Formats: sequence, C-alpha cells, structure tokens
Amino acid sequence: MQEASLVLNKYEEDFDNLSSISPVWSSNLRNKAMDTFREIGFPLRRKGNEKWKYTNARPIADIEYSSAKFEEIDLDDIKLIAPWHESWINLLFVNGHYQETFPGNLPTNVQISNMASNDLAANLTSNIGGIMDYSDDGFAALNTAFMSDGPIITVPEGENAGIVVNLIFFNQGLSDTVNYPRVLITTEGNSIVSVIENYVGGSSDRTFTNSVSEIYVGENATVNHYRLMDETDDTHDVGYGRVRIDTNGTFNSRSFFRGSGIGRYDLNVSVEGENASCDLQGLYFTNGHQHMDNFINIDHVRPNGQSNLFYKGILAGRSRAVFGGTVLVRKEAQKTDSIQSDKNLILSPHAEVDSKPALFIYADDVKCAHGATAGNIDADTVFYMRSRGIDLEAASRLIIYGFAGEVIDKVEIPELRSYLAESFLTSLPSHKFEF
Amino acid sequence: MSNSEKLIEIKNLHASVAETEILKGINLSIDEGEVHAIMGPNGSGKSTLANVIAGRPGYKVNSGDIVYRGSSILEVAPEIRARAGIFLAFQYPVELPGVRTWQFLKAAIDAIRKENGQEELKIRDFDKLLEEKRQLVQMDPDLVRRSVNEGFSGGEKKRNEILQLALLDPSLALLDETDSGLDIDALRIVSHGVNIFKGPEKAILIVTHYQRILDYITPDYVHVLVDGEIVRSGDSGLAMELEEKGYDWVKDTAGKEVTP
Repeated sequence: MQEASLVLNKYEEDFDNLSSISPVWSSNLRNKAMDTFREIGFPLRRKGNEKWKYTNARPIADIEYSSAKFEEIDLDDIKLIAPWHESWINLLFVNGHYQETFPGNLPTNVQISNMASNDLAANLTSNIGGIMDYSDDGFAALNTAFMSDGPIITVPEGENAGIVVNLIFFNQGLSDTVNYPRVLITTEGNSIVSVIENYVGGSSDRTFTNSVSEIYVGENATVNHYRLMDETDDTHDVGYGRVRIDTNGTFNSRSFFRGSGIGRYDLNVSVEGENASCDLQGLYFTNGHQHMDNFINIDHVRPNGQSNLFYKGILAGRSRAVFGGTVLVRKEAQKTDSIQSDKNLILSPHAEVDSKPALFIYADDVKCAHGATAGNIDADTVFYMRSRGIDLEAASRLIIYGFAGEVIDKVEIPELRSYLAESFLTSLPSHKFEF
Repeated sequence: MSNSEKLIEIKNLHASVAETEILKGINLSIDEGEVHAIMGPNGSGKSTLANVIAGRPGYKVNSGDIVYRGSSILEVAPEIRARAGIFLAFQYPVELPGVRTWQFLKAAIDAIRKENGQEELKIRDFDKLLEEKRQLVQMDPDLVRRSVNEGFSGGEKKRNEILQLALLDPSLALLDETDSGLDIDALRIVSHGVNIFKGPEKAILIVTHYQRILDYITPDYVHVLVDGEIVRSGDSGLAMELEEKGYDWVKDTAGKEVTP
C-alpha cells in the first residue's frame, strides 16, 4: 500500500497548488469533490461492481500522474491531427488549458468563454457540477476536484443558425502528466448547435486525460454532439458525458474512438422532458493491446421519449472492447420507444468484446428492443467476393469500410464526415485471413 | 486454345468436402456456345461440381483435373478464375452489410479489367452500364444503392446474381440452383437475363433439381448426376423424361447410355 499512498500524495500536492490560484466560485465544489476522492479513491474493486467489471483501472491508479502545465502549440500542428474548418468556431486547449479562440466567419449569438477567465458571470458558474454526480465515482470526483479550465458554451433562445463549435483538447504528452478538461454546454429554448469535442494526443509518452462534459438541452432545442478520441497506445483516457434533455429536446451523439491504451467514455443521458429524444451512435476501433470501454446509460423519466443506441466496434490484435448499454424506463415514462444495438467486427482471434445491452422497464406501455452481435469476416462472405474477381485485400477493405461507413456516413457536417472518412477509415487494418 | 480443346474440360474429377468424397469421377466438357444442364437428386453432388469449378475453399480435389482454356486451374485462386471468365451464380447469395451493390460491382468489374490490362471504368460509364443491366433484370433501382443482398427477398437475391452475370460478362456461367425459391415471374425474368447472355462465345452450366427452368433456357445437353457420378447424358428430352419418371428411374437404369 506504500505505492498507493505515494500516488495519492502526488494528487494532494497538486490540489494544494491549484487551490492557491483557483477562483473562489469553484473552491467549494472542488473541495467537496476532493473529499469524495480521498474517501472512495479509484474504482479498483471490480467484483460486484457492474460499472467497472470489465475495465481494470489499476494501471491508471498506479501511476504518479502530476497536473500538466500549459505550453503554447503551433496551430499548423493541430490541423494535422484534428478536424478544422474556417466557418466553425474553433477553440484550442493545450494540456487542459485554454490557448485561443478562432471565432469563425459566421455571425452568431452563441456565447463562448473559458472557465479560467476572470470575468465569468455567476449564472454561468452555477450550472457547473449540476449534472455530474461524482459521489460514487472516483474519476468524476477527481476531474471535479481538479477542474480549472474548459469551454463554457451558451446558446441563447432561438439561436438556430446551425453553428459548429469545434473544441480541441490537445494533450501534448509530457510523460506522467494528467489533464482535466471540463466542458459546459447550455442551450436555451428552440436553439440548435453542433459541438465537436476532440481529444487528441501528440506523443508516445504516458499521459492521462480525465474529462467531464455537462450538457443541458433546452426545450425544443437540438444539440449535435461529436466526440473524437484519437490518442496513443500510452494514453489513459477516462471521460464523462452528462446530458439532461428538456421537453421536446433532441440530443444526438456521435462518438469516434480509437488509439488509447485504456479508454473509457461514460455517457449518461437523462431524457427528462416529455417527448424528448436522443440518438447515440458510435464507432470504436481497437488494435494491439488497447482497451476501450463504452459505458452508456439512458434514463427515460417522462412519457413519449425516444432513444436510439447504435454502436459498432472493430477489433484487431489482442485488443479488448467493452460495451455496456443500459436503458432505464421509469414508471411514468409511458410510450417510450427505445432501440439499442452493438455490432462488432472482430479481425483477430485474440481480440475480445464484452457487450452487455440491458433494459430495465417499469412502465407498461413501451416499445423497446436490444441486441448485440460479434462476428468475424466469414469464409462465405469472402468467397462470394473473390468469386467476382475481388482479391482478399480488397475484399477485407470493402467489408471493413462498409462496416464503419454505416456510422461515418451519417455524420451531418460534411467537412467532419470527410475528415473521419480519411483519417479514421484509412487507419483501419485489413483482415489477415487464415487460409 | 487449339480447335480440339473445349472451353472447359473436367477429367475424371474426384472431390471431397470435409473428408467425404462427393464427386467420384466426373468427365464433362463444355464448349463455347453450349448450354449444359446438370440434374440430380439432393446430395448427388451437383452444387459441389459448380463450387469446385469456381474454386470454393474447403472443396478438395483428390484426383483428376479441371482444364480451362487449355490450362489446369486446380491451383488457381478463385478471384483469378473469376477474372479469367468463370462466374458462379450462388444458390445462397451472401449478404454484405455496409457494402453497397454499386460499390461491390464497381470493385469487381475493375478487378477483372485490371487483370486484362484495361483501365478502371469511369464512374459515368459504369453507371450507364449498371443501369442498362439493372433494367434487364428489372431490379428495383433502390436495391442497387443498398447494401449487397441485405434485406433482399429470395427472388431479389437471385436477380442480383443475374445482374452480376450480365455486368461481369464472363465466358462460363455456372448457375447453381438459380431457379430454387423463385416464383414464376421471377423465374421468367431470371431466364430472360440468362438467354440474353447466351451467345456463340458463352458457355453455360445450369445446376438444377427441377426441369422447370429448362422450359425457359433450353439446354443442348442434359447430364444426370447420381451419387457423384454422371449416370446418363442426353439432350433436352432427357429432362422431360426425368420430370415424368423421377430420379428413381435413372438410378434403376444407371449405366445405360442414351443416344440423343
């Protein structure tokens, strides 16, 4: 236990340093969260712990991570590893700290600031921590205790020009450092916004990204949320998305994950308003010894809600993926319509997926379906293609691209779609056929 | 290819699937311009023959030879056989989720063209060609934009096979129970597609359990396969006779040659 306490000492030291410089409004929240973290620590107990049953947090807990410092980065480097477009509002964060805003060339009333700026209005800060319940989750408590910077996006009533906000969290990758991005998106009635969160890493040193995003979807508002995780084998990445949807609101989520040594995204969507809906889609790709965990919960609170959960995974090497998708339909949430599916394409006999779709229904008039599949490229499929003159390499590419394309093709921002098609699809390996 | 050689010659072919011998000495030659039908009861080895010619993995040739355009193809990969002009219309066409039909067919046609030293087909020319062939088999234009065979009905899948036949324009077409599961209208459309394909430079091998399809595509030769051997060969009259008397009749009189 000597080592564990050394690691915790490191966090204590960083916490003291941060407290001396952080704004007053956040200190209460941060102190409470630190107390929780001290009390529950990292989620290392896996037996009987559904949330962490298939993911081992030990390798993260064992490292003496220290808070990453800001260091300015050249924009040209960023454009190579993240999507970027002139018409978007682009925000750049390095190691969790704000660098710059590129306001784009479209007129908009969307308000954007960053948490560390001094002139933050009280009404903005009051929403921070409003959805993220960290009481039983060490990683979420850690982010809350250490949050010091991140974008705060407010979309006013009726703002429906379809603005795209592109958030780039660049992890510069100094060895054994941790960064804590914190995002707040608030949309008021009848507004529409698209937000892209990019978690990208630039080196092969051991780093940890611990992020939390809180998203309020207002009445009759639409939030299109994209999350790209594109880091390296040595990164640990534990992120949270917490979403609350008001009456008639729509939340669309598209996740594209690859590259982390240990990656986890815990997305929890509360379909709180009547007639609200969410459509959560994702594509994950793992290779080598990577581990990717998607832990998703949808909570239907009020009647006439809809949810669609559609995830696809491609697994190669000795990698492992976990998909936990749980839909809860509360007693009052009559006429809920919910579908969930997780499909996996397994390219190597040594790769493994644990897919656990689950439904808990307490209302009696609902329409729900769920399913999970895992398959490899079967011999009949390949022979069918070869019998038309297509060779093994091309056959495997068509199948893998086709599989992934089902998610990428549905991305509605054309520039992002082509970025994903180029950067994501071309990185996929071809299948090594064993005959 | 010298004059004495046929397009394809199958010589004393013995083949097995999972250690069980299915084909027990098949001799069959098919020349350009000919339509052959292989008929036989279930389990006689009809489909095995078609699949062995196409090079399906898992089908092992124990002895004998398959000579196509003068060379043995036993060691040739299925995609190379396809590019050389051998086409198998599948009994059970495979679904390819996420792979669009046009994309699949473009990849196929370009692979064949590349092998023959031609350039890839321009998108515009390919679209034109695909549209022409689609109308030939009266396939719903929507299906061409969808994933290959995914959610297609049995009849639509078979039409898609004939669409591919028409588009890839091979020299030897192997139709493996293409008639099974088709209603009379679909059978008519599929047969029409095959008849358009037919020509002095084309060879066709129809594998079927029933005589029905042969009402639409008249074979020059009919062979009856029982227990891995061709027990009888004749002209299209043999198919009629089979329809009347059943396969038991052939089994009983096996070995007696019928001169057409």
